[in-house]
Amino acid sequence: MADPKIKDVLLEPILNNNPIALQVLGICSALAVTTKLETSIIMAIAVTAVTACSNAAVSAIRSYIPSSIRIIVQMTVIASLVIVVDQILKAVAYEASKTMSVFVGLIITNCIVMGRAEAFAMKNPVVVSFWDGVGNCLGYGLILIVVGFFRELFGSGKLLGFEVLPLSSAGGWYEPNGLMLLPPSAFFIIGAFIWVLRSFKSDQINRDPVL
Amino acid sequence: MAHHLEIFLKAVFVENLALAFFLGMCTFLAVSKNVKTALGLGVAVIVIMAITIPANNLLYQYLLKEGALSWVSPELASVNLDFLGLISYIGTIAAMVQILEMTLDRFFPSLYNTLGIFLPLITVNCAILGGSLFMVERNYNFLESVTFGIGSGFGWALAIAALAGIREKLKYSDVPKGLRGLGITFMTVGLMALAFMSFGGM
Repeated sequence: MADPKIKDVLLEPILNNNPIALQVLGICSALAVTTKLETSIIMAIAVTAVTACSNAAVSAIRSYIPSSIRIIVQMTVIASLVIVVDQILKAVAYEASKTMSVFVGLIITNCIVMGRAEAFAMKNPVVVSFWDGVGNCLGYGLILIVVGFFRELFGSGKLLGFEVLPLSSAGGWYEPNGLMLLPPSAFFIIGAFIWVLRSFKSDQINRDPVL
Repeated sequence: MAHHLEIFLKAVFVENLALAFFLGMCTFLAVSKNVKTALGLGVAVIVIMAITIPANNLLYQYLLKEGALSWVSPELASVNLDFLGLISYIGTIAAMVQILEMTLDRFFPSLYNTLGIFLPLITVNCAILGGSLFMVERNYNFLESVTFGIGSGFGWALAIAALAGIREKLKYSDVPKGLRGLGITFMTVGLMALAFMSFGGM
């Protein structure tokens, strides 16, 4: 493999090699926090910070890690970073960290972090690894924000807490769709997102790992 | 007894880790191609959950909780090691998976061979860590955590076996091209989650 360019590792994962829509990574914890746009954005930023830093850290020590214990070493690096993020969130955005409850801690087992550390950072230099982490999380954040956008808009008629569609209960015309606030809607929106994405990029159908 | 039955049923149906909280989704989607492997993974998850959640409960009660160290000496009563929670739970999980793997290899080689690669993969299954974190958040005592561990493991296994069953049938259906594979799997899981929500009124 030729040396990966920063531009490629940053932009490829957004649509061409999206971690959620194609690599099946990181679906786990994040979807439960997408009922509101605000928490989706915070989650996306938190995961980006953790992945970028853990990629850089793992890449910096990659030649000193014996391969038999690499999983536990990566785990320790990631867990420490997540604790830092968790403490920062508690200090800066206490309300948001309460709504996300266990899901901040679950960034540890978010497969994106581990997957990128294992697949990319173990083989590539520090700077490129850092941007690979950022790029993958941009792709991940894109889906999170799209899902959060639709769920908050149609579920409660608001965006970031501001009223967009006036609710009929408050004298407006919009009848909120309760389904959007329930967990299953996230699956439908992602399913539809993948459908749209693959209608434009049909080569992804053949690269589907689950098929 | 009724209280424990309630925790168990709640963990299996109402608060199913896979379908209500999206935990363990990566493995859930990737390893549900056929019922046999799905069942193998499901059993492994039940066993690990039933061991790690009570183990983490002890860890939390006697080491990490605020004032938990007072059994060592009264001076330590004010120590709060809560912030070390995440790193200790994941450590316990990784260690337990490793121990279970060695035990199975030594005493039950046939079961060990059936589970195969799924055992190490479970370390990074969010459902396990999620179960431990929910246990801490809901402040279960030791016995409750045993029930909760078995229950949530069982719920996860049930969900993955059901999804695998549906996907085996789905192979023969005419799905729109762009939706094939991952897309239709997401939709299926969504519908299953919707079905499981009807238990919510219990």
